[in-house]
Amino acid sequence: METFVFSVLNGVTYGLLLFMLSSGLTLIFSMMGVLNFAHASFYMLGAYFAFTIGAATGFWVALFLAPVLVGLIGAAVERWGLRKVHTNGHVAELLFTFGLAYLIEEIVKIVWGKLSIPYKIPPLLDGPAFTLWGTDYPAYRVFMLAVSITMLVALFLLLKKTRAGLIIQAALTHPAMVGHLGHNVPKIFMTVFGIGCGLAGLAGVIGGNYLVTDPSMAYAMGPIVFVVVVIGGMGSLAGAFVASLLIGLLQTFAVAVDATFFDLFGWAGLGAMTEVGRISISSLAPMLPFLLLVLILMIRPRGLMGDREF
Amino acid sequence: MTDAAVLDRAEGAGEAADPILAVRGLHAYYGKSHVLQGVDLTVGRGEVVALLGRNGVGRSTTVKAIMGEVAPVGEVWFKGALISGRPSHEIARAGLGYVPENRDIFPMMTVRQNLLLGIKDPRRPGRWRVDEMLDMFPNLAARADTAAGVLSGGEKQMLTICRTLMGDPDLIMIDEPTEGLAPKIVQQVGELIAGIARAGVAILLVEQKLSIALKIAARVYVMGHGEIVYSGTPADFAGRDDVRREWLEV
Repeated sequence: METFVFSVLNGVTYGLLLFMLSSGLTLIFSMMGVLNFAHASFYMLGAYFAFTIGAATGFWVALFLAPVLVGLIGAAVERWGLRKVHTNGHVAELLFTFGLAYLIEEIVKIVWGKLSIPYKIPPLLDGPAFTLWGTDYPAYRVFMLAVSITMLVALFLLLKKTRAGLIIQAALTHPAMVGHLGHNVPKIFMTVFGIGCGLAGLAGVIGGNYLVTDPSMAYAMGPIVFVVVVIGGMGSLAGAFVASLLIGLLQTFAVAVDATFFDLFGWAGLGAMTEVGRISISSLAPMLPFLLLVLILMIRPRGLMGDREF
Repeated sequence: MTDAAVLDRAEGAGEAADPILAVRGLHAYYGKSHVLQGVDLTVGRGEVVALLGRNGVGRSTTVKAIMGEVAPVGEVWFKGALISGRPSHEIARAGLGYVPENRDIFPMMTVRQNLLLGIKDPRRPGRWRVDEMLDMFPNLAARADTAAGVLSGGEKQMLTICRTLMGDPDLIMIDEPTEGLAPKIVQQVGELIAGIARAGVAILLVEQKLSIALKIAARVYVMGHGEIVYSGTPADFAGRDDVRREWLEV
């Protein structure tokens, strides 16, 4: 029971962190029509910016400033980079974001070094929030959960309850028509890209100090976020939400399960000490998202809730 | 070309004396294919003009080029300003409405939300209101809060036209509004277009059905092979069997 409750809490926290990244990526995905390989790089920038800004102003100011700065950089990338590349087609866009990801990684290495930086959880949150069955639950995870839920509600209200949100949604699927109605679609796209990158930056701010902040963090997170977007379905925020929680819970539970292949398949004659029998379920955790990705593309190419096929 | 020069030219050849839209030597290309080969046309303020022709002669491309959806080569003047080469949202904001032929509604949004998205600036309401629009069309009103994707073809057509009207255009270009609709619905669309004209909005109507076009248009253009091959009044056009045979009949 204890393991189950903690795994659910951890899984949801990790899942919501994934959603912070995948929500922006899925919006940008339906806008460009191709995956933005540099999306996780903005996540990394969020963490590094929070470290540097936080050193001067403290964590709480950095929590607001760093995502805004990352969002502005994202908007600039769209305005002066992607918008020009876009006219040359999808392959050019894909290559552009690919190059951008490496560019950002190299810049990070030059500015902050190749090793991980000591980006720490703020002292105020560096303790237990509550104790269950004698085990402390870290306050910072509760904070991550709170920030994620706030962001989720804000994004929902923006897209569903405001006129700007309606225009954004229409522009993602029918850009030409929205332009004919007098709405500035290039500006909308720049805003969406900026907001998406800002959300990735926010995920970096609250995730970087919890996980690790080093130049390979984008590379570690990027593929998982792609998996979430593909499983959820292109352009579907609801799909991204469900897939984020699914992957978050799946990975957390797989790590927590103290079982081997022998425990699962011993009844079929698999020996406890054979090569296969000794494989632990937890060691498969990193593989599960990609297994799911492959299966989804084979069985349901448009993802759980997407309306377009890949 | 100056504004005055446009007006001078417009006064010849049975064109609008005071054009709100003046198209001069408009060319357009799809890849290497030269689709528009020098289109000249005008629409007067509050005037209804029909653009006729067979499929594939460039009527839709003409309105797309005016709207900036297809890159225009040549001059498009609207309200005395050169709009060719400007992005389509700026052209729309200048007061030029465009209803494309594909009935491009936003299917996941409600009928009401579709109409709201037609409004360019909520702080400056135009001559049309969402509620009035719904009052005029009981079919749409009954589904005001339903996803627009479930509407019938005729209802979608009504909605796209109404949505563009919400932006309060001074000229509305409507591309093939009656294509594929049942005769009764065609009549309803015809009444809507006549109603728009009565409200003082100029109309450039791209049509194949002569009955509707000739009933409401003050002037008629016929296109063939990427250029205008005939222009005149409906009365004059009625006597021109040669034009009809050569450029319209299939």
